[in-house]
Order: sequence, then structure tokens, then C-alpha cells
Amino acid sequence: MNKTEKALREIQAMGELAAMDSPIHRLAPLAKLLVTVAYIFVTVSFSKYDMTGLLIMILYPVAGYQLSLIPVYTCFYKLRIVLPLVCAVGIFNPFFDRGIVMTLGTVSISGGVISMLTLLMKGVFCLMASFLLVATTSIEEICHALRQLHVPKILTSLLLLTWRYVSLLLEQVSIMTQSYHLRAPGQKGIHVSAWGSFLGQLILRSMDRAAALYESMELRGFHGDFYYAGQKKMTAASWLYMVVWIGLFILMRAYNLPQILGSLFV
Amino acid sequence: MHMADALLAPAVAATMYVASGSAAGVSIVNLRKEEATLKEDLKVKLPAMAVMSALVFAGQMVNYTIPGTGSSGHLCGGMMLTGVLGPYAGFLSMIVILAIQCLFFADGGLMALGANVWNMAFYGCFVGYFLIYRPIMQGKLFSAKGGSASVTKSAMRMRIVLASVLGCVLTLQLGALSVVLETSLSGITELPFGGFLVLMQPIHLAIGLIEGLITAAVLVFVYEARPQLLRDVDTAGAVEGKCSLKTTFVILALVVAVIGGGVSLLASGNPDGLEWSLFGNAEEGYSENMGLDEEAYGISSNLADSAASIQEKMAFLPDYAFSKDAENPMGTTVSGLVGSGIVAAFAILTCFIGGYFRKRKLAS
Repeated sequence: MNKTEKALREIQAMGELAAMDSPIHRLAPLAKLLVTVAYIFVTVSFSKYDMTGLLIMILYPVAGYQLSLIPVYTCFYKLRIVLPLVCAVGIFNPFFDRGIVMTLGTVSISGGVISMLTLLMKGVFCLMASFLLVATTSIEEICHALRQLHVPKILTSLLLLTWRYVSLLLEQVSIMTQSYHLRAPGQKGIHVSAWGSFLGQLILRSMDRAAALYESMELRGFHGDFYYAGQKKMTAASWLYMVVWIGLFILMRAYNLPQILGSLFV
Repeated sequence: MHMADALLAPAVAATMYVASGSAAGVSIVNLRKEEATLKEDLKVKLPAMAVMSALVFAGQMVNYTIPGTGSSGHLCGGMMLTGVLGPYAGFLSMIVILAIQCLFFADGGLMALGANVWNMAFYGCFVGYFLIYRPIMQGKLFSAKGGSASVTKSAMRMRIVLASVLGCVLTLQLGALSVVLETSLSGITELPFGGFLVLMQPIHLAIGLIEGLITAAVLVFVYEARPQLLRDVDTAGAVEGKCSLKTTFVILALVVAVIGGGVSLLASGNPDGLEWSLFGNAEEGYSENMGLDEEAYGISSNLADSAASIQEKMAFLPDYAFSKDAENPMGTTVSGLVGSGIVAAFAILTCFIGGYFRKRKLAS
């Protein structure tokens, strides 16, 4: 299976997840978008040594995945893209930051190790939160929420339209790659002699398609605006969801709750 | 080069959002102006922009074999979109591609989107177009001696190849530099600034060269087949020249490889020069003001200052990035660890209870 086919499957899987029904799916997209942004903002704002304080932030994705009935492991597949880069940046911390910040029994732990772990946790948490958003919200809903936030119409329309065409062109590229490889067995990629023509042909055809697409849109009464009919409104539940979570995030950031909790027992 | 959320401090991420947002605003205004002057309706352009961005998105997944090596390269999206759609429409299309990559493929974070747009789309579309693509395409480079008005096809080809390669190399270098700056300003990595730079720049020089050549190949093909699709290409009176496509490629690849190789050697062999130029004083040693002190970088512009002041007012948790938290001990006591254990146990328990109820719901 080549990269394009994998991407197509991912798109399909995301669509299926977003089409499910759960209390989280039923919330207004704007509330979910704002909560996600607030979550990521608060999560990355933790200091690099505040590992214990950061840990409590896991409660939002955990609660979200349970309420939306989405299995947590579905998002871990996506970590393959996020983690290498985060690791590449964080891996140097233990070597450069050797000051001992704590000792567990006889094992001393340096600041670099803590900051590396904190960085990894931030990476995983942020990914879980943004995956939760797209797994419970369709692209139409996200675009609607963006419009409510006064993001220019041209950007949201472009996003919607591009999203429609991404799967089509992925399919096209997938077929082209497959037929190319069938004719060039044992070859890893596109040979230098076909560098230009391979994608160039597709560009020519795509531009023709864009013209046809415009005509058909015009025939169906398109006047530069998409309509978002039947969108979920900001219900009382959505307001409550937003206010409670954002309030909790501020609380989690302002106080080191795990430490306070621990001091009750120690 | 897609940055994850964890690699940026909120202040840096917000500043980059402001910068990229302004660039997007300027693009929209200019697109509307183009619409008025060219009598070209924006809604006609919309499908073309959408199809092209979808194509670049899919096209970036194609592996191109690099002759003589076992590895493969990819297409450079920014330059390609700019060549076909122009800088403003190209920039908006790149924003959409990056948004889709971040939302649905976890390639780059939601909060890091502003920075990613800046690093990949801004340089590719604006710097690449206004500093490289347009001057080369509209200039007199490679044109016949004697100032004849008609441009040979081979001259146009040479220009396209040169513009694509130089554009990709420059934009990727600037992008890589921005990644290093943003990460260092965020205080995320302990890797010294100079070391990080030496790690990033040469590798992106190589990537830029290959991406540039692939992009050039595609754009030259489009030029051969339908020149009116490309921006700033003189289609009137083009006559066939002496130089074949293959020769053009070989000559330019050699020239760029020699120049690029030289720059790369300079960059990796003399990192102190780079540090010196960025920090102003090499003798002070970068380790002292490394990573956490914005002032020490000497990067100040009116835009950055005003963006930072807006950010300061807006941020509700001003405990980020440049604070001197390096000196603070972790502050973790036994109670912190115990509390963390309780939180972790609670999270795991929630998962189990949720799983139990889901199974029961499925069974019923």
C-alpha cells in the first residue's frame, strides 16, 4: 500500500469517526474548537520542569475520549508523525542540561531528563486534544465555527473545496503511481526522465477540471458563498462545556493540583 | 519541517499567528485588487485554487528517485503554487494545505499552524516570488544578445529552472532558520543555537536543491505544454532556441551544485561566523544567553515589538517562554509525585470504566 492509499484510508476513517453520535459530537463546533485551542495553549505554557503539574492536563483528553466513545488508540497511530520531530529536539536536553533536580532513592534525575519527558508529554497531549476535535467534528462544522470567528470567507470556502478535492486527487495520484510502478518494476520512485511529465500531466488535467468545476458550480447557483445549513447551535450544554473546561484549565495551570492532592496523603 | 505544538511557547506561537494572519489579510486584499484590475472574478479562481492545493497536497506524497543515490525527493509546494497561481492565491492555498495536514494528518500542530504557515508558505510564496521568481522571469537573463524583443524557449526554460531551484533553496534555508529561531526562542531545546543551526541548514540546502529541481521539471513541462498557465511567462513570440531541455538541466544542476556545495561547506565549517552574526558578540559565548533571552538575539523590529506587546496584554497566563525558569528547581516534592500517581491512576481507571460501559452498550 503506498502513501496516498494510506492517506485516503485515514481520511475515510476520520470521516467515519466524525459521523458517530455521542454527547461530544452533539456539542456546538465553536465550543469544541475554543476548548481545544485553550487546552493546547495552556498545555504548552507549562514550564519545562513542571512535569507533575502538567500531568493533570491528561484528564481532558481522557474524559473527552470516554464521552465521545472514540477509542484512545486510534490517535496513537498519528503519533508516528509528531513524536520523531519532538524527540529529535528533546533528545539533546539530557546531554546539555545535567543539573540534578531530584533524586529518587539512589537514582538522580537531571533537569534535562525532566524537560525531555515534559516535552514528550506536551506533544502527546496536544495531539490527543486536536485529534479529539477532528474526530468529533466534521470539516463543514469546523469551517462554520471558523466563520463564526470571522475568518475570511475565501479561506473557509477554499478549505472546504480543497478538502473535497483532496481525496479525488489522492486517488488519481495513487492510480498513477501504481500504474507507473507496474510498468517500472523494482524501481523505488519516479525516474528522473519522468519528473516533469508525471505531475505536469496531472496539473494540465486538473486545471481543465477546475474550469469544468466552476461551470458546474455556477449552474447550480454558486455566487461565491457556501451555506452551512442545519448547523449545531451554541446550546446551554455547549456553553457549559466550554466555560467549565476553560475554567478547569486555568485552575490546573494556576495551581499544581497533583502536588496539593499528594500533600493530603503524605 | 512541520513543527508540533510542543515545540513552541505560546508567546512565539501567537506572534507567528499574528504575522501569518497579517500576511493572509494582505493577500486577500491584493487578490481583491487583482480581481478589480484584471476583471477576473475571485469565484472563478476559487476552484482553480482548490484543485491546485489538493494537487500539491497529493503530489507531495509522490517519491522521486534521485539519480545516483538510493534516496528520493519530493515536490516543493510553495514555489509550484506561486508559479501557477501567483503569490497571493498561492499563499492562501498553502495555508489551506497546512491546515488540512495539521487537522487531519497530525502533521504540525494546531497552535503551531501560524509558525508553519510562516516558515513554509510565507517564504515560499512571497520571498520566493518577489525576490526570485518574478525578477528572473521578467529580467533579461539568458535572452539573446542585441536586445531582441523575442525570448527563445530555451531561455525561458533556463529561467524557470533557475527561478525554481534558487527559490526553493532560499525559501527552505529561511524556513529552516525560522524553525531554529522559533524553537530556541521558545526555550524548548537545550541544544546550543549554533549547533542546531549547523544541524538544520546544510540538510535543508540539499533538500532545497532536490525539491527545486523536481519543481523545475514540473514547471518546465507545464511551460512546454501550456505556457499561459504560468505566471510572468512571456508567451508571445517565443522561438525555439539552441539549448535543449536536457542541456539546460545539466548546466544548471552543475552550477547550483557547485555554488550550493560551497555555501554548505562555509556554513558547516565556520559556524562561529553565523553565531557571531546573530549574537553580535562571539566572545561572550552563546551559552550564556542561549535559548532564553530574546534581547540577546538582537532581533527587534517594530512589527515584532508591537506583536509581542499585544501578546503580553492578551496572554492570560504570562508564565511562558522567556522566564528564567532554568534556574528554578523543579519544585517537585514527594507529594508532587504521589499526587501525579493518583492522577495517573484516576485517568487509567476512567479509561477502564469507559471501556466497560462501551462494551456493555455494544453487547445490548
